[in-house]
Amino acid sequence: MSTRLAKGGRLIDRAKPLNFTFNGKPMRGYAGDTLASALLGAGQVMLGRSFKYHRPRGLVASGAEEPNALVNLGRNNRHEPDQRTTTTELFEGAEATSQNHWPSLEFDVGAINDTFYRFLPAGFYYKTFMAPRFAWKHVFEPIIRQSAGLGAAPKEADPDRYEQAYDYCDVLVVGGGVAGLAAALTEARAGKRVIVMEQTAHWGGRAPVDGGQIDGQEPEAWVAAAVETLSGMANVRLMLRTMAAGLHDHGYAIGYQSVGEHAADGRPRHRLWRVRAGLTITASGAIERPIAFSGNDVPGVMLASAVRDYIVNWAVSPGDRVVVVTNNDDAYRTALAVQAAGLTVPAIIDAREAATGELPELARARGIKVMTGRGVAKVLGRKSVTGVEICAQAGEGGVIETVACDCVAMSGGWSPVVHLWSHCGGKLVWDDAAAMFRPDAARPPTGAAGEPLARVVGAANGLLQLGTIMDEAGIPAVSEVEAPLLPVWVMPAGAKEKLKFKAFLDYQNDVKVSDVQLAAREGYESVEHTKRYTTLGMASDQGKLSNINGLAILSDALGRPIPVTGTTTFRPPYTPISFGAVTGEARGELFQPLRRTPMHGWHEAKGAHWEPVGLWRRPYCYPKAGESHRTAVNREIVNTRTNVGLLDASTLGKIVVKGPDAGRFLDMLYTNMMSNLGVGKCRYGLMCNENGFLSDDGVVVRLSEDTWLCHTTSGGADRIHGWMEDWLQCEWWDWKVYTANLTEQYAQVAVVGPKARMLLEKLGGMDVSKEALPFMTYAEGTLGGFPVRVFRISFSGELSYEIAVPANMGLAFWEALNAAGEEFGVMPYGTEGLHVMRAEKGFIMIGDETDGTVIPQDLGLGWAISKKKEDYLGKRAQERSYMTDPKRWKLVGLETLDGSVLPDGVYAVAEGHNANGQRNTQGRVTSTYYSPMLKRGIAMGLVLNGPDRMGEVLEFPGDKGAVFKAKIVDPVFYDKEGEKANV
Amino acid sequence: MSEAISALKGASHTGFATVAEAGLTGMISIRADLTSKALAKALKGLGLATPDQRKVVSSEGRSVAWMSPDELLLICTYEEAPGLSQSLSDALAKEHSLVTNVSDARAMFTISGEKGDEVVMKLCPVDFATFPEGEMRRTRAAQVAAALWRSGPQEISVICFRSVAAYMLGLLEVSSRKGGEIF
Repeated sequence: MSTRLAKGGRLIDRAKPLNFTFNGKPMRGYAGDTLASALLGAGQVMLGRSFKYHRPRGLVASGAEEPNALVNLGRNNRHEPDQRTTTTELFEGAEATSQNHWPSLEFDVGAINDTFYRFLPAGFYYKTFMAPRFAWKHVFEPIIRQSAGLGAAPKEADPDRYEQAYDYCDVLVVGGGVAGLAAALTEARAGKRVIVMEQTAHWGGRAPVDGGQIDGQEPEAWVAAAVETLSGMANVRLMLRTMAAGLHDHGYAIGYQSVGEHAADGRPRHRLWRVRAGLTITASGAIERPIAFSGNDVPGVMLASAVRDYIVNWAVSPGDRVVVVTNNDDAYRTALAVQAAGLTVPAIIDAREAATGELPELARARGIKVMTGRGVAKVLGRKSVTGVEICAQAGEGGVIETVACDCVAMSGGWSPVVHLWSHCGGKLVWDDAAAMFRPDAARPPTGAAGEPLARVVGAANGLLQLGTIMDEAGIPAVSEVEAPLLPVWVMPAGAKEKLKFKAFLDYQNDVKVSDVQLAAREGYESVEHTKRYTTLGMASDQGKLSNINGLAILSDALGRPIPVTGTTTFRPPYTPISFGAVTGEARGELFQPLRRTPMHGWHEAKGAHWEPVGLWRRPYCYPKAGESHRTAVNREIVNTRTNVGLLDASTLGKIVVKGPDAGRFLDMLYTNMMSNLGVGKCRYGLMCNENGFLSDDGVVVRLSEDTWLCHTTSGGADRIHGWMEDWLQCEWWDWKVYTANLTEQYAQVAVVGPKARMLLEKLGGMDVSKEALPFMTYAEGTLGGFPVRVFRISFSGELSYEIAVPANMGLAFWEALNAAGEEFGVMPYGTEGLHVMRAEKGFIMIGDETDGTVIPQDLGLGWAISKKKEDYLGKRAQERSYMTDPKRWKLVGLETLDGSVLPDGVYAVAEGHNANGQRNTQGRVTSTYYSPMLKRGIAMGLVLNGPDRMGEVLEFPGDKGAVFKAKIVDPVFYDKEGEKANV
Repeated sequence: MSEAISALKGASHTGFATVAEAGLTGMISIRADLTSKALAKALKGLGLATPDQRKVVSSEGRSVAWMSPDELLLICTYEEAPGLSQSLSDALAKEHSLVTNVSDARAMFTISGEKGDEVVMKLCPVDFATFPEGEMRRTRAAQVAAALWRSGPQEISVICFRSVAAYMLGLLEVSSRKGGEIF
């Protein structure tokens, strides 16, 4: 039974008690506690059930590597699953609940899995779900969904605020232990701009717990002095509670900072730092390894270092009688700490044949029983430790002695934290003597110029003794000299199957020694494959405790050395980070930029139904009260064709192209000639990509002798501007052409309909008559006092003026048009009306009639392709045999026999079936609408030999067996002679 | 001339710094050979000079900034922009150049206050600790293009496209909320 000790606890403040609950039970801890230390201090040893076998589990570790002690934290919209208690600072009112059990932590039905462990071996899912096929959906998946996973997913939106920030430094030091602080001092004194990130709330790392002397001081005193010195330096930033999550190419490091956890003062909860560091020094320490013996997961079996952390840092006793199991000298520190806290160490079980180092001798001198050449055969107890059975390490597990205890402190040696070093390519070497992978200084991660991006110091570099760590930084330090460890991958060495079935490697995913050995027997050799097959190291702890033990066992099973097996890939983040921090400000209104025209607010106020076009929102239609979208669209069209309509065309791309070579440039970009366009004239043009496919279209206007204005599609403005600059900067860099994207400089309004001229004449200011401003010309002047550019162009077939005004006057101009147009029955119309009217006229739309595989010739646009020009982008591609194939589907109009509207995208079927047993096809619908003018469905489509088959009827199968019959007709449905625009 | 209104009509928020739309601002884009004598002369006439790479030159309420190897941005009052644009265009008529009034295509914001840098360092990948006065930085703010410079004591100005003005103000507002101070 764990408890709070009466004295001590270097990190807690007993004057500040904090209340919290666990599964509804009120508990109390102190400021400075982690949730883990508070729970343990409150006597809660069992904290959850395991993932697969539902075995009772408790704390194993005291830091980021903890695999078991994950809880649901908070409730309702602040509910968060899988919160690691060892890295969660205790706060007033914390509500934690245990995970992965039903109906309760104490009594769990799923624990029956543990009894049938033989039937849940490695690869169980793969093996079981092969057949029968229906069973997956109806049997396995529902059961797995019920039993798998750990915490419950939150159901409500997160109310907290998160943000990101950018920073820059010469040196980023990862880890605020003594090695990191020493490195920071050295770099800072050399004048470097230094950032130090420490993931916990405290400086100093393990040193204050593990003892020794630095520069003649206690480690804690040295740390305090170092932090004070660094704090006083302007070129240093010290960051606590900031976990360096990843190191990426070009020295780009991600830091995850806990800022205002549970704060109600407006602070963001987390901040994600995006840091460009010239050099990253990883001082990330080392993680102690568990030992694989039977029952090593029973609550109360902990890492030796964690046991002394709980005692020294938080004055929490993990148990009254602590048995230490080790293969090294360091764990003896735990025995000494336990004893110093007034608790009992019944025995130190050392797997080595002899233990004669300074620390073992000290333990013996303090009267602690040291048993060498021994191991743990089995841990007794289920929900908590009641004792250990001791055996010979060299044997098969025959019990020599049973020792009663309520805590087991184990140490299988240490593994350097090499994650950041490895994230972007740093290599590791196997250190046989220390039984660890450590960074290979000769093969660091490198930057663009081949320079090292990272350096490693301290325990992260495999230096485990205080003296050697500080020696690196030129600071004298001493601690007890440690004798070499003995690598122990299984305890006892000859453990029988029954023992190995309960010897856990990966606690979080319930992977045991027997699973890895089974995988090896089944032919798995690659550590990456074995990882995925057994799920070793795949849980949210990413195998921090299990990886080395697992690959050592795999190597042993395959009869090859550990370095040959190698490690799995280390990937960021080091520990899980919140989705909120990844998202930063990009949520709600700021999820994505929304582009607004100057009239956006007006449309919104009029209840416009929106259509997204790129990042713009354009009114699809303006429904009146009680009106459906369909009815509104029909009304807008009829009104425009009868009276006058207004379209907000501000989103239309407007790119100015100027220079001595501008004409030549546009002749290359467009399929038709633009260089011979008269000043003041407009011409419709097509742009293709190098492969000949239609890319964009629009009206080009010649503003002056050397200046053209290119209108592009709304969605294409930025892309086409980039396309122009690409050709000018990379290919035709010696051509004298400048471009400017003036899309947003102007608000543009299409004034469309038979009464359009009357409306403009009412505003007055310039001559907009047929004679002064004929179709396909442009003029500058004023209308109603607004400075305007007026283009006589039409996408509807009606008398139409597109009028550009400076964007800041756009709303005023739009309002003036609406006011002046009242007597003419003016109404705004939306993009759907625009689409229907252009389809009535047989005008193509980029993105409807084109899909990246369509060339102008397919659309009957041969008239817009210059025969005179030597070249234009796409010309040669359009001459390739496939492009000139007469069997390419061509644009036609389609009229249903019964007047109904064809479904969008349907195919016309042909005789026979293809190799896949599907009906052959001979065409497809590209645009289809209801025409309120013709009071019937109209459509355009691409059809095999279409233009030669006028009058033929095609069949278009729709959903649910429906077949639409449609006749091939001319694509111009309305005002074929074009009389309405020519007035 | 009819009334012109800026994208957000000068909307502002005050958190740990004040962020505000600057209202109507004149901006003229000049694309030309930056070594041009005619250009230098035209700018001199305005009390300005051709800025060096990444620099901003300011005088009497007007600034001219280097935007790219062949592009400058002249910042002036909204009212004088059309006329200035025309006169610059005339001054460069004999050279290959393109002068355009882009005052309406943009929105401008100011971030002012002692901790103003902390607002923009949440949005822009710029090293504000070493970002000097007199330098124009073309960058991005979260998901949109932006250009910024130190426009006064404890003041940063940011330019973006007009259509994303509301997005920009939203970014600045959330990034300047009290409690979000970084240091």
